[in-house]
Amino acid sequence: MNPVEVEGLTRRFGDFTAVDGVTFRVRRGEIFGFLGPNGAGKTTTIKMLTGLLPPSEGTGRVAGLDVRAERDGIRERIGYMSQKFSLYADLTVHENIELFAGLYGVVGTRYEERRAWVLEMSELADAVDRLAGELPLGWKQRLALGCATLHEPSILFLDEPTSGVDPVARRRFWDLIAAMSEAGTTVFVSTHYMEEAEYCHRLALLNRGRLIALDTPRALRARTVDPIFRLETEDAPRAVQALVHAPGMVEAAMYGRDVHVTVENETTGVDTVRAALAGEGLSVASIERVEPSLEDVFTALVRAEGGAVVG
Amino acid sequence: MDSPHGLAERPAIAIRGLTRRFDDRVAVDALSVDVRSGELFGIVGPDGAGKTTTLRMLAGVLRPTDGTALVAGIDVARDPEGVKPHIAYMSQRFGLYEDLTVRENLDFYADLYRVPRAERPARLERLYAFSRLGEFTDRLAGKLSGGMKQKLSLSCALVHKPDILLLDEPTFGVDPISRRELWLILHEMVAEGITIVVSTSYLDEAERCDRVALLHEGRLLALDTPTALRGSVSGRMLAIRSSRLRRARDVLRGAATVRSAHLFGDAVHVLVEAGVRDEEALAPVRAAGLDVRDVEETEPSLEDVFMRLVG
Amino acid sequence: MSPLDPHRLLAVARKEWIQLRRDTRSMILAFALPMMLLVFFGYAITFDIDDITIAVVDEDRTAASRELVDAFVASDYFTVRERLADRGRTEELLVRGRVLGVLTIPPGYARDRAAAGRGATVQLLLDGADANTATIAMNLSGAVAASHGAQVAAAGASSPDRASNATGAPVRLESRTWYNPRLESRHMIVPGLIAVIMSMIAAMLTALTIAREWERGSMEQLAATPVSRLEVVLGKLLPYLVIGILDVSLAVVAGMLLFGTPLNGSVLLLGVMTVLFLVGALGLGIVISAVVKSQVLATQVAMVATYLPALLLSGFMFDIASMPVVLQGITYLVPARYFITVTRGIFLKGVGISVLWPQALLMLLFAVAGVALATRAFRKELEA
Repeated sequence: MNPVEVEGLTRRFGDFTAVDGVTFRVRRGEIFGFLGPNGAGKTTTIKMLTGLLPPSEGTGRVAGLDVRAERDGIRERIGYMSQKFSLYADLTVHENIELFAGLYGVVGTRYEERRAWVLEMSELADAVDRLAGELPLGWKQRLALGCATLHEPSILFLDEPTSGVDPVARRRFWDLIAAMSEAGTTVFVSTHYMEEAEYCHRLALLNRGRLIALDTPRALRARTVDPIFRLETEDAPRAVQALVHAPGMVEAAMYGRDVHVTVENETTGVDTVRAALAGEGLSVASIERVEPSLEDVFTALVRAEGGAVVG
Repeated sequence: MDSPHGLAERPAIAIRGLTRRFDDRVAVDALSVDVRSGELFGIVGPDGAGKTTTLRMLAGVLRPTDGTALVAGIDVARDPEGVKPHIAYMSQRFGLYEDLTVRENLDFYADLYRVPRAERPARLERLYAFSRLGEFTDRLAGKLSGGMKQKLSLSCALVHKPDILLLDEPTFGVDPISRRELWLILHEMVAEGITIVVSTSYLDEAERCDRVALLHEGRLLALDTPTALRGSVSGRMLAIRSSRLRRARDVLRGAATVRSAHLFGDAVHVLVEAGVRDEEALAPVRAAGLDVRDVEETEPSLEDVFMRLVG
Repeated sequence: MSPLDPHRLLAVARKEWIQLRRDTRSMILAFALPMMLLVFFGYAITFDIDDITIAVVDEDRTAASRELVDAFVASDYFTVRERLADRGRTEELLVRGRVLGVLTIPPGYARDRAAAGRGATVQLLLDGADANTATIAMNLSGAVAASHGAQVAAAGASSPDRASNATGAPVRLESRTWYNPRLESRHMIVPGLIAVIMSMIAAMLTALTIAREWERGSMEQLAATPVSRLEVVLGKLLPYLVIGILDVSLAVVAGMLLFGTPLNGSVLLLGVMTVLFLVGALGLGIVISAVVKSQVLATQVAMVATYLPALLLSGFMFDIASMPVVLQGITYLVPARYFITVTRGIFLKGVGISVLWPQALLMLLFAVAGVALATRAFRKELEA
């Protein structure tokens, strides 16, 4: 039995279908990324998996328990950390840990053990008496993670856990997640940040409520999306203007003074680009194929599916 | 533009020894930087690096403790109000009125900057064209999605055609699709000759800037083009994949051939001396009995540069 | 000096007006609350006392003494709860609070009243624990005694002055009864209430405005624009001034319809004075808002800083002349003091600017000071 098994999961709000027949499995110890633009249905899916919202159709099992019938059992077995700081800013680190231990029923020697573990894991042992609200963002996130895992959940749900956190703190955080995953905890991450997606073992891409891709980050990057070229030219802004309106082009954008251009056809692409720029009197100093980033893939897939919801 | 020694030569922003203390904490420590006219200038750094404090001082909403900053030729410390007509500032937190509609917000800012009535329809049409806000003119700003809110903020900032645009983490909380659109707009503005200073904690975004200042604990660590910064990492950067990533990283950190090792997505990024071959670099991993799925040379990312300088 | 561009000022005012219109909480605060307060206070705090319980010790037991007692009973203000033959239980009745006063008519009252050149003396002992009620009771008893004395005189028994002296009670009435002949203090209250309520409402309305912008993050954005501090202050003040004028108009109409308060003076003068007063009060709210930067705290400070002084130190509840000197000095700093004089003057006496010009000048001073202080207190700058 996989920790998370979802089959044809659907949720409608009136005429609007927020989640539309989604099917996937998350393996034990896996870091599973759930990606999508705003309004793609990420939050609705997580609410269904954590028992906060009943599905309209389909089945979902979390830790072997049915999301409709056994919601209380699910809540005991999962940990949840939201993107918004969910701790009490006016309580100290110690008081927050104490509070969450109480809420999860972690008592006695087990509490002492778990508390020590949280402080060591989060490297907050020297900060136990500081108010949570005064900690730097990266520390808060580690404390929140500690509080969400006090009861040793077998499945951890994270909602954009490191949004706004700087690269150094972000690496430390994901280091902890990797350690938990190695120890057998299943981690379900919902995000729209590619930086977070990179750390996942597998990624499920959601758009307009439907699952449009499910694979490892490397496999996704290797997908045959429209080829992207980086070119150097004397006037990048003009080049972009010329390229976006030229036929055969998907997208053109500046990276510093370079231009990244996505073309429809790989073989004729370079010539099309040169021709389009020559028409504006611009020359091409250099042009080379670049490996698409995860974000490129993501954007291309969403675009192929009719774009994201606007509004 | 009219003469080589004329306006184009004067930096858009000249910062000299800019310092801001809060009680005993130094948020920005003797920062000296020139932002060239027409440049897309990135300020990058972790939380607490001083990005927001710097931008606030440049926008004339926070008084520097020491030093000067000539913004559009005016000393912002002495005459903050004199700077304001020349700039537009977008704070990190959404700063528009959520209980006003899109149109009402735009009108309010157009009024504050005394944009002539006759010019407004054309101006708004153009702002609507790039922001796609045209169909939401009567929607309350508070009811917009995160990406749309940011586009509205940017539109309000651009309603008076500022010479200098100061943006504090404009893509915070914005999904990748909207993020791309925002960057497209920024590049269009640069193409029109506007100088842009943008802060971000996402290093992949810094790649899109002409030049990047890396800030850490209020001090300037590095200042150059993204390409030059990446080039500053001497040696070879290898991406090593193993089923036991953290263990592999720990082993590599202890090895003599290795200058740094960090988890990055599904790989360990290892920096070794230029002459070190792949097998030499992998030796400690194999010696520890860990598997190596594959190894490839990779271009150091800005994040690698940053980790080198900070971590 | 802060520059002033009318277009930007109007832009701020327009924005504020739109926000105000969409904010239920502010609308309730602006319209429902003042009306509720007016009705509530109008009915509840009335200084009228129409049931003063007294005991009568009639030691004279003559037709004349009974006439006097009847005069008290007939006045509707007094209820005679006990009739006693001697003074023995006087103290006990007062101490137990069974009666508020004891009217003692000494032996020889009828004789003294009839005798030429001498006044008859009666004694009224009052429970002074509630000084306010006691004062009113004293005034009322004086009035009853005086009018009774006048009646006796008119009946031809003796000369009027002698008759009024004959009662021995203090007959000089408090000046207010002069303008409020039926002794209905509600008429005194309504004009005063308008001043008290508007002091509080005006400051509370503007106390929210700047603090709200700091809390919601829009102030940082606004501070980075060329808008001047004076433009922001006046722009924010303007919509609330309109609301304040509407409030006062509603209160005046409500006062006339619900409580029958007469408006004897010039409506125009009342309007002008209202504007002067409101600008100062609204400015005070902005000062508070700019200093504390938190909506909750600003509301509380505004309430304490306006309501209590307006209620207690404006002459609304307590007579300023009878306050300790220090407090009297403080009352000069309470703009409601001047506005109360103005509203009472215009409502009840129908007086004009020739009488009220000192108040007008002082309120103008407060208005200018309010705006100036607000402009100084509001900074287009973050502190952290």
